[in-house]
Amino acid sequence: MTTTENHSKYDSDTRAVTLRVNGREVTREVPTRQTLADFLRDDLDLVSVHLGCEHGVCGCCTVLLDGGSVRSCLMLAVQAVGHEVETVESLSADQNALHPIQEAFAEEQGLQCGFCTPAMVLRTKEILADGVERSDDEVRNEISGILCRCTGYQNIINAVQNAGRKLRCGNSGTCAKEA
Amino acid sequence: MTAVADGEANEKPAYTYIGSDRKRVEDPRLLVGRGGYIADLKMQGLTHAAILRSPVPHGRIVSIDATEALKIPGVIAVLTGEDVKKHMNPCMNFGPPTIPQFPIAVDKVRYVGEAVAAVVAEDRYIAEDGVEALVVEFEDLPAVTDPMKALEPGSAVLHDEHGTNLGYERTFEFGDISEALGRADLVVEDTLHWGRSAGMPMETSGAVARIGLNGVLEIHCNSLNFSYLQFLVATALKIPSNKLTMRPVPAGGSFGSKFTAHKVPTLAGFLALRTGRPVSYVEDRLDHLMNSDHHASDRYYDAKMGFTSEGIITGLDIDVVDDYGAYLQFGVGTHGNAFSQAVGPYTFRDLKYRLRAALTNKCQQGAYRGFGSEVHNWVLERLIDKAAQELGLLPEEIRRRNFIQPDQFPYKIPGGNLYDSGDYPKVLDTALGMIDLAYWRKEKARLREEEGRYIGIGLATTQERSVFSSTEFWFWFDEPAFPITSSPESATITIDPTGAFQLLLHCQAMWGNSPETVSTTIVAEEFGIEPNTVNVSYADTARALPGTGPGGSRYTVMVAGAVRGAARKLKKKLIDIAAHTLEVSAEDLELVDARVQVVGAPERSLGLPELAASAYFFALSLPPGMQSGLEEAYTYDHPYTTLPSADRTDLGVFYPIMGHACHIAVMEVDPDTGQTSFLDYVAVHDAGTVVNPKSLGGHVTGGAAQGLGSTLYEELAYDEEGQFKSSTFLDYLVPTANEVPPFRIGHVETPSPFTEYGIKGGGEGGRMVTPSVVSAAIDDALREYGMRVRELPVKPSEIVATVQDSLARG
Repeated sequence: MTTTENHSKYDSDTRAVTLRVNGREVTREVPTRQTLADFLRDDLDLVSVHLGCEHGVCGCCTVLLDGGSVRSCLMLAVQAVGHEVETVESLSADQNALHPIQEAFAEEQGLQCGFCTPAMVLRTKEILADGVERSDDEVRNEISGILCRCTGYQNIINAVQNAGRKLRCGNSGTCAKEA
Repeated sequence: MTAVADGEANEKPAYTYIGSDRKRVEDPRLLVGRGGYIADLKMQGLTHAAILRSPVPHGRIVSIDATEALKIPGVIAVLTGEDVKKHMNPCMNFGPPTIPQFPIAVDKVRYVGEAVAAVVAEDRYIAEDGVEALVVEFEDLPAVTDPMKALEPGSAVLHDEHGTNLGYERTFEFGDISEALGRADLVVEDTLHWGRSAGMPMETSGAVARIGLNGVLEIHCNSLNFSYLQFLVATALKIPSNKLTMRPVPAGGSFGSKFTAHKVPTLAGFLALRTGRPVSYVEDRLDHLMNSDHHASDRYYDAKMGFTSEGIITGLDIDVVDDYGAYLQFGVGTHGNAFSQAVGPYTFRDLKYRLRAALTNKCQQGAYRGFGSEVHNWVLERLIDKAAQELGLLPEEIRRRNFIQPDQFPYKIPGGNLYDSGDYPKVLDTALGMIDLAYWRKEKARLREEEGRYIGIGLATTQERSVFSSTEFWFWFDEPAFPITSSPESATITIDPTGAFQLLLHCQAMWGNSPETVSTTIVAEEFGIEPNTVNVSYADTARALPGTGPGGSRYTVMVAGAVRGAARKLKKKLIDIAAHTLEVSAEDLELVDARVQVVGAPERSLGLPELAASAYFFALSLPPGMQSGLEEAYTYDHPYTTLPSADRTDLGVFYPIMGHACHIAVMEVDPDTGQTSFLDYVAVHDAGTVVNPKSLGGHVTGGAAQGLGSTLYEELAYDEEGQFKSSTFLDYLVPTANEVPPFRIGHVETPSPFTEYGIKGGGEGGRMVTPSVVSAAIDDALREYGMRVRELPVKPSEIVATVQDSLARG
């Protein structure tokens, strides 16, 4: 741990942080006031973490912390010490080899401008982790913490359902009993 | 005016790629989080700006003390209106020159949120520290917040040089409105208020500026229409236009809010010029809510409409005051836009329209999906619903009786615009075929009687004008300063020496409207290749051909025209090379599936790689006189526009590619809480030839969700003292997934006779009709309480108050 010597009103202390990000251990010296979102974007170049409001409403900065979604604009980088953070790159960072959830979003056109998309994909991963089939209304409620201004949500709901089928029944997205 | 067909509908040929649900080529990069947005742009030595925004609605800036701010380690510079006054011209402006605007307030602030000073620092955190350390003294002036009072004598004046808060006034009359209302059996009238909302994309506006090689100022920005902006930004910055290069950066949504949004890039450019450092300025949400380049319409109507006893409309008389806020950047173009479809899909010929643009201490107005036509449509449909009620006609019946018929196109409307084509009865019938209204009408009565539930049915139509020519901004003025009549779009197709395709677009990328999916679909259709094998890039202003970019539901139509034009030129060259090589006549060759082959003898053919290799490296094998290379560019001009007449009795044809829609909603309203919910919703759109049904459906759904927001939830509110009340997403309520119902979408295709492939624009229609449908359904549900929606957004508290008042009166 280090701190700066000069404590004027506007100086920011720094701390060394160690956490796991997308499966790799990362250690950096960060200002104590730096948000987790800015740390991920600026220090680690994980620019998939999008800042839509920076006051915890829009959800575009959603990341998974130990598997659960958090708004990375409302959390400081120093609070993530010792935790496991996942951004959308943890599913796939390769445009030519999408994860089944990403593929489902492409098939259903569950995105337009792409700004809320990484958050929606991560939230989908979290929702579907239980492997349980759900109704459209349940999905609607489960994604309602992230704002999308483009799609009117229907194609996102379709994408979550498609992704659920892919994860339960394979990449074709066709489940025998549901088909 | 170019390439005007004779009005016959295009025969719709069979297409391979156009018209099918194909995956968007933009999506893989977005799904892995690499959309390339402005905030993702990093460069060596980049500094960051934060803005001090006015806490007072109207005041003189007495002093700005930056001493403490400049002491903060990492703060590089503080710039104010004094710097702007010395080094800048006013920003671009379609309004009167007596209402100048600068990206930082000069001498006076005119609304809460206006920029007062910019702090440039080594990072954004320090820049915001700097803003906090600034000490500013204001001399308060009386706040002007009520647009009606703003127009009264004795009101404080926002712009001394303009001398009055009447920014602009004009009355247009087409036909004879007194006669038309005089012969009506019924005249309905209403006072209506459409409240202020905004496009509110999840990504804000931003720009990164730096001085590059040769002293050229480079501004990377996500503002749309940069080709319109570039020379105007250079003028504002007092630099030669060839010393400014604007680089398009993909926009994460706009919905109007980034349309010709000039202040952010102009400001970033100014900061880079003054500091000599690369500067990033990206709005935070507070910046965007209170000071985005523009909020949207905020209109107060006194409107009258005449009807015969049969429900035939005789005329429309509108007197509207629009609360434009502190500046008039777009002039009154949002009302010019409404003239493009002033009579809706209906046959009446008499129209009067009086507009007064009021200046108040609020953020300025500009574009939002519909550009003012959505407001006009709400007024039109509100009046028709009122008449239907009084005449005892069903909403579908009164509309059907007034429709322009399919054999009447092309149809010139009062005012001068022309509707290219349409089949309004078919759209209505398609919508009625998707929902059983007879069932719902019975069910409504049953649920009221047996379960005490309140069900309402709303039905409305809208025109969906697309592809503007820009005259709407200036036909208001008898001697306009800049009578722009052109809004072209360009494309450059290159086939490289291996036969691979490069497509250069001359506009902004906005991922939401699928520019690459559309343009590569056209390339695929013309050359018989897979769309996702085409690589797309974007020209900056140093290299760009004429372009306009997304907005006004123009891009799909216009880029399709540009790509097809370039493809025709390139195909001719390929065929000429093949004809020379195969020693056959060019007339005997055709291009099929990326091969040039002899008609009737496809085994005699040459593939694109062979032809491309010849074109680049074997000039001696080319036809005599042909230049090496395989690249063609094409600029597609507006397909059909005419000038306004000098006396303005004819405003000209300026928005002729006319879509249409009909929506039907079944809603439930709780009279005790004012809560609303949807039991069913059907949306049928005619956008001509559909390029990608799933994408168009996504636009309809997204637009309808925004219409729902403007109707029920979203409000950019100022209190009487001019304080801004909607400064977070907890106050400004963007609909979540829980508020937006599943919309059942239908498509009707009436191809345009004037555009390539018969495509019409389809980007805005969803938002243009939802407010009318939802208003009608709420009225219908609570008719026994005298409910009539006259003001948007209609809040639960207002619904409850109406019910309670009605009950109290007995």
